Amino acid sequence: MNSRRVLITGLSTYWGGRLAQALEQSDEIEAIIGVDSRDPTLELERTEFVRVGTQHGLLRRIVDAAEIDTVVDSRLVPDSTVMSARDAHENNVIGTMNILAACSGPDSAVRKFIFKSSTHYYGSEQDDPAFFTEAMGRPHPPRTPIERDIAEAEATVADFAEKSPDVSVSILRCANVLGPDVATSHTRLFSLPAVPMILGFDPRYQFVHEDDVVAALEHTVAEDLRGIFNVAGDGVLAFTEVVGLLGKTYAPLLPPWGTSMAVAALRRAGLRIPPEMLQQLRFGRGVDNRKLKATGFQYRYTTREAVIKLAEHMRLHPVLRGVQEPYRYEREVEDFLRWSPHVRNPTYRKEGRLTPGEAVELQKTLASYGERVGAPARGSRHIQSQAAMRAAEAGEGSQPVGEAARAARDTTNGAGAETPAPPPSGMEADALAPPPAPPDPPAPPPPRTEADAPAPPPPPADLRAPVEHYDDLAADEIVGLVDSLEGDDLGALLDYERAHESRPRVVSAIEGVLARRRTGQRG
Amino acid sequence: VADGGRTSLRMQDTITDDLGATDGALPAVRESDLRRYLPGVEPERQLDDWGRSERVEGFYDRYVVDFYYRYWFRCEVEGVENVPSTGGALLVSNHSGALPPDAAMIGKAIREEHAHPRPLNITIEHFFKGYPGFSMLLPKIGCVAAHPANVHRLLRDEEQLVLVFPEGRKGTEKLYKDRYKLRRFGRGGFVEAAMRARTPIVPVCVVGAEEAAPIFAHINVLQRLTGLLYAPLSPIFPGALFLPAKIRIRFLEPIYFDRDDAHLDKSYVQTVAQEVRARIQENVWEMVKRRGSVWFG
Repeated sequence: MNSRRVLITGLSTYWGGRLAQALEQSDEIEAIIGVDSRDPTLELERTEFVRVGTQHGLLRRIVDAAEIDTVVDSRLVPDSTVMSARDAHENNVIGTMNILAACSGPDSAVRKFIFKSSTHYYGSEQDDPAFFTEAMGRPHPPRTPIERDIAEAEATVADFAEKSPDVSVSILRCANVLGPDVATSHTRLFSLPAVPMILGFDPRYQFVHEDDVVAALEHTVAEDLRGIFNVAGDGVLAFTEVVGLLGKTYAPLLPPWGTSMAVAALRRAGLRIPPEMLQQLRFGRGVDNRKLKATGFQYRYTTREAVIKLAEHMRLHPVLRGVQEPYRYEREVEDFLRWSPHVRNPTYRKEGRLTPGEAVELQKTLASYGERVGAPARGSRHIQSQAAMRAAEAGEGSQPVGEAARAARDTTNGAGAETPAPPPSGMEADALAPPPAPPDPPAPPPPRTEADAPAPPPPPADLRAPVEHYDDLAADEIVGLVDSLEGDDLGALLDYERAHESRPRVVSAIEGVLARRRTGQRG
Repeated sequence: VADGGRTSLRMQDTITDDLGATDGALPAVRESDLRRYLPGVEPERQLDDWGRSERVEGFYDRYVVDFYYRYWFRCEVEGVENVPSTGGALLVSNHSGALPPDAAMIGKAIREEHAHPRPLNITIEHFFKGYPGFSMLLPKIGCVAAHPANVHRLLRDEEQLVLVFPEGRKGTEKLYKDRYKLRRFGRGGFVEAAMRARTPIVPVCVVGAEEAAPIFAHINVLQRLTGLLYAPLSPIFPGALFLPAKIRIRFLEPIYFDRDDAHLDKSYVQTVAQEVRARIQENVWEMVKRRGSVWFG
C-alpha cells in the first residue's frame, strides 16, 4: 500500500518534525498533517499543523475528515529525565491508546500505523543475549517505569494489530540516539569533562544516528513493513571505546555495589542518571539490526561513525553557540507564508522557473478558465448552488452558508490585489459555497467537487487545457498560483488536472485551498 | 550485584520462534538466513561487536597464556586437525579446576598447532557479566555469555569456533576425589545448538587441569562473603599459581549432523549428548591410564 495522506502525531517532537520535513520532499505524499499539543519546533513547508492533544474524539475527526491512510506515532518518550513518571505514562501509554482508538473502527481509512518505540523495551539484564532480535521479547519483567510504559504501549499496539488485520502495523525499536540535534541523557553524560562509569563494568553500547532514525521512519512510510524492527547502527562498541572516540576520559566513580545510592548523591550534585540508563551502564545492550536491513534499508552511519559525528559536534558547538537563531513557530507568519498570494520570493514559495511576468500572465489566463470551459462548469455551478441550499436546510446551525460565503469573500478580497476581482454577488457566494455541506464544520471531508453531484462529471475530452503547455508546467509553478484563483476556476482546473496529469501535489494543493475557503480561515 | 542463575544452551520457546514460520498479527519472525546483512568489519576498531579486544587479548596471550602453555603446563596436543579450518564448529570439553585453565589452553592449542589458526569463543556463565571486574575483562579476551542466541549467532551466522563446557560449574566445583569423573552434560542444550546451526561437534578431552587447580573442600562462608560462584579450599585460591601439572589435550573426530530438523527430535538430542559424554569420558580415562606421572606426563 502506498501512503499518500499522512498524519504525524507528536509533530513537535524532534522526530515528528524531522519526519514531516523529509516527507515534504516526496511527491508521492499529497497531504501531511501534524498534531501535537505544543508548537512545532522545526520549520515546515507544506505540513499542516493542528494543535490538539491525544483526545481521541478530536483525532478521530481529523483522521476521518482528511482521509488519512497512514498514521505515524512519534511521541514516545524513552527518557525519564524529560518528564515525570506520571506524565510519561500519560503520554506513552494513554496517548498511544487514544491514537489507536482514533485509527480503529470499521470505516476507518487508516491502512498503516507506524509506532516509534525504543530498545529500552528489551531492558538490560545480566543474562541477556549479546544481540536482541525482534522475536525475543523481554526476558524479565520491566524494572523501571519507562520500560514498563514502553512494554505496555507496545502491547496496546500489538493488540490493535491483531484486531485490525487490514492495517499494516510497524513498530520501530530505536536504539539510543546520538546526533548533533538531539539531547538525551547519554549526550548529557558524554558532555561532562570526565564520563562516569560503574567500576569494573565496561558495557556494550549500540547507538543510532538521528538521521538514520528519520530515514528509517521514512522508509517505513514508503514501504510496507509489517512487524517489529530494530533500528540501530552497525557495530556494538564498548563504553570505554565510545568515551575514547569522544576524546574524553572515563571516571569509574560509581561503585559496583550500592550504585543507586551513589546515583542519588550525584543527583544532588546536579547530574541525573535515570534508572533505565543505570542498568545499561552496568550490562549494556546490543540489538540485531539485520531484519530492517533485509527490507532494503541502508544505514548512513555505523555506531562508531555516529559517535564520531557527535564528537565533531561537541568540539564545534562552543564555537557556533548563538550563531543560529532557533526556529520559533508563529501561526500568523506561517499562514501568511503559506497562503498569501504576495509571497513571491522563491525561497518561500517554490514558483520555480516562471518569471514574474509569465506568472501574472499564466494567472490571468487561469483566472478565466472557469468561464472558458463553459457549459459543464456552469452546469456544475448550478448543481453546486442547489446542493448548498439543500445542505443549508439540512445542517441547521452547523455552518450557515452565509458565513462560509462571507469568509470566502474575505479570502477573495484578501487575495484580490492582483486578481481582477469579480463583482461580489449572491451568485458568486453560492458558487463558492460547499457542494456537499459537511456535517462536521471544523473538519470537513476533503472536497471531491464532483463526487456527490448528481450529474456525471464532464468527460475529459471536453476539457480544454487551461493554457497551452499546461501539462508541461512544473507542479510547483501551478501550486504557487492556485491560491490566487477563484473558486470555480479552481474547480474547473481540478477537473482538468484529475483528467489529465493528476499530479498529487497539484490536486492536493487545489483541494486544500478549496477546503480552506469553504470553512473560512479561522486561524 | 550478580545473582547466580542457571546457564543453559537450551533455546527457550521465544527464541525458537525466531526461526519459525510467519504467524500472528505482528510477525517478529525473521528470514532464516540474514547472514549477508551482518555488519562489516571496521578496520579502525580494536574491539569487535562481542567486546573482544585485539590489544587486551594479544597482551594476555603473549604474557600470560604463552608462559603457562609452554613452560608451566607443557601442553601436548593430539588431533588438532579434527578442528575444521572453515565454518562454524562447536567444541565440547570436560571442565575442571578451581580457576579452570583448560579453556585458555584449548584456545592457545588451536592458535599454536592448527594449520589455520582461528580465534576461539569461550562460553562462560552469565554470572561473570554481573560481577565487577570479570564483566569488564572476560569479554575482552574472547569470552561470551553462554546464551543460546549467542552460540547460534556465532556458529551459524559468523561461522566461528565456540567452546562449551556442558558440565558447567558442576565440573569446576567437583572435589579432588572426584577427578576425571564427568558430571551430567546439562540437558543436551549444546547438541541442540550445534544441530540448529548445522555445525559439527568436536569433542575435546583435557587431562591435567584437575591436578593444576585441585579443590579439596568448599568454604561456604567465604562464598557468601565474596558473592562468587564458589569459594574453594585450593592451593591456588586465592592468588597463588597453578600447580605445574602436565596438560594433555586431545581433539576427537568431529560428529556431523545431516538432518535439518534434528534438533526437534528430543530423544535423538539426548542420545547424541550421551554419546559425546561417553566418548570424552573413555578418552579421558584412557589418557589417565597411559599417563606415567602427573607432573611430567
